[in-house]
Amino acid sequence: MTFKRPDGRKSDEMRPITAKVGIIPNADGSAMFTFGKTVAIAAVYGPRMLHPQHMQDPKGAILRVNYDLLSFSVSDRKKPGPSRRSQEISKVTEWSLSPALDLKDFPNTVVDVQIYILQADASTRVAGINAASMALAQAGIPMKNLICSVSIGKMDKELVVDVDKDEEDFEDGEGATDIPIAKLANTDEYTLLQLDGKIQPHLIPQALALADKACAKIYEVQKKALKNVMGDEDK
Amino acid sequence: MKEFNDKNAEGYEEFGSEPQSRTIVVPGEVISSGEDFLPGEGARREGEDIVASRYGLAEKVGRVVKIIPFSGAFIPRRNNVVIGRVSDIVHSGWIIDIDYASNGFLPLMESPRFVNKGEMDQFLAIGDVVAAKVWNVTPKGIDLAMKGKGLGKLEGGFIFRVNPSRVPRIIGREGSMINLIKENTGCNITIGQNGWIWVKGSDLDSELKARKSIEFIAEKVLVSGLTEKVENWFKENK
Repeated sequence: MTFKRPDGRKSDEMRPITAKVGIIPNADGSAMFTFGKTVAIAAVYGPRMLHPQHMQDPKGAILRVNYDLLSFSVSDRKKPGPSRRSQEISKVTEWSLSPALDLKDFPNTVVDVQIYILQADASTRVAGINAASMALAQAGIPMKNLICSVSIGKMDKELVVDVDKDEEDFEDGEGATDIPIAKLANTDEYTLLQLDGKIQPHLIPQALALADKACAKIYEVQKKALKNVMGDEDK
Repeated sequence: MKEFNDKNAEGYEEFGSEPQSRTIVVPGEVISSGEDFLPGEGARREGEDIVASRYGLAEKVGRVVKIIPFSGAFIPRRNNVVIGRVSDIVHSGWIIDIDYASNGFLPLMESPRFVNKGEMDQFLAIGDVVAAKVWNVTPKGIDLAMKGKGLGKLEGGFIFRVNPSRVPRIIGREGSMINLIKENTGCNITIGQNGWIWVKGSDLDSELKARKSIEFIAEKVLVSGLTEKVENWFKENK
């Protein structure tokens, strides 16, 4: 193969992933998820009272996601506050999480999810989704399943798993393509599929197969983190 | 024939009947397959399997599998005792903040003595703390009642919060844990299912001791043989 990954990973190898839940004492649920140098934290509040009232839905709680890069997360200081990019990612994160949630028992309320990127090295939205999924579970929100999320890249002609910043900026040959994917764990139900770049249609099934394998690994890490919440105590 | 009461009436029974097995499950995890068990609270049936809908401890009691959450916000149920703070006075009652998405409403009728509509704040003013019982949960709001033993305005002492999911353990089986604390500290303690706890004793030291012991339990919810540990804790912290 022509493309060699800058950090020497195999094409189907993710960066080291870690996960931890219960990191924010004041939140109803919280979690941290990292892909190598990318660090995302998520906090869940609610179900709680929703204002403005016109947004209330008598059929169930609404999900409100806020994603943001913190100003120190990138090497050039990011201007704090919402941006076009962060608003878009908040919205797609909301859409990718909501199919897993069952919010009909909490009419006229809101579940707030705050996702902050402490350190950005590409694939931040998928790290945020993974963290948010664990935080929602920890908040005791009824869910169909956990959500696992990973980004698939196409560097020149080679498909790779878990894109980092060096790869995202790759420009030789056909250039870099980034495909963030989220799915319900252990199912074929995809909840997020974006594409930034170009890809031949016949490569899409291959990309999804790579994502499935990576998501299975992520799911195990998420599950372990949730089950280990009492690990520091004597049994 | 034995008459069945609402088993979860006070939430006391959550840890009450002896479970056959307990495991931590995450949403979407298969707890058991086949027709041997029925899905209870927090679980659902998907074809052959019983699947967890919530994160928590899966407990098989008899033929029912239910999930005891150990985190998350308070969800009121009928007959829950809650502690709340008066946040507003309206023409027919009081609005009580009970740490939930919607406020509780305590009707004027619930006051134990006659209260003149013009002088409602003399009985319960904004900021006062009350112990009340959830009378009804509707999509419109939560109706509270205040007639009953141990309910009413809370005066003196102090209140603090723990995670609502820890409350059943703090109360213990048929109130065993809370009675242990009461015996050891001589304090008057009211625990709301919403995680607010009111402590009043003869002196501040015993009140603080009660609070510390409750926080000790809240930290160690999943430990087995907790009553013994709390007894030891009281011996160490004389």
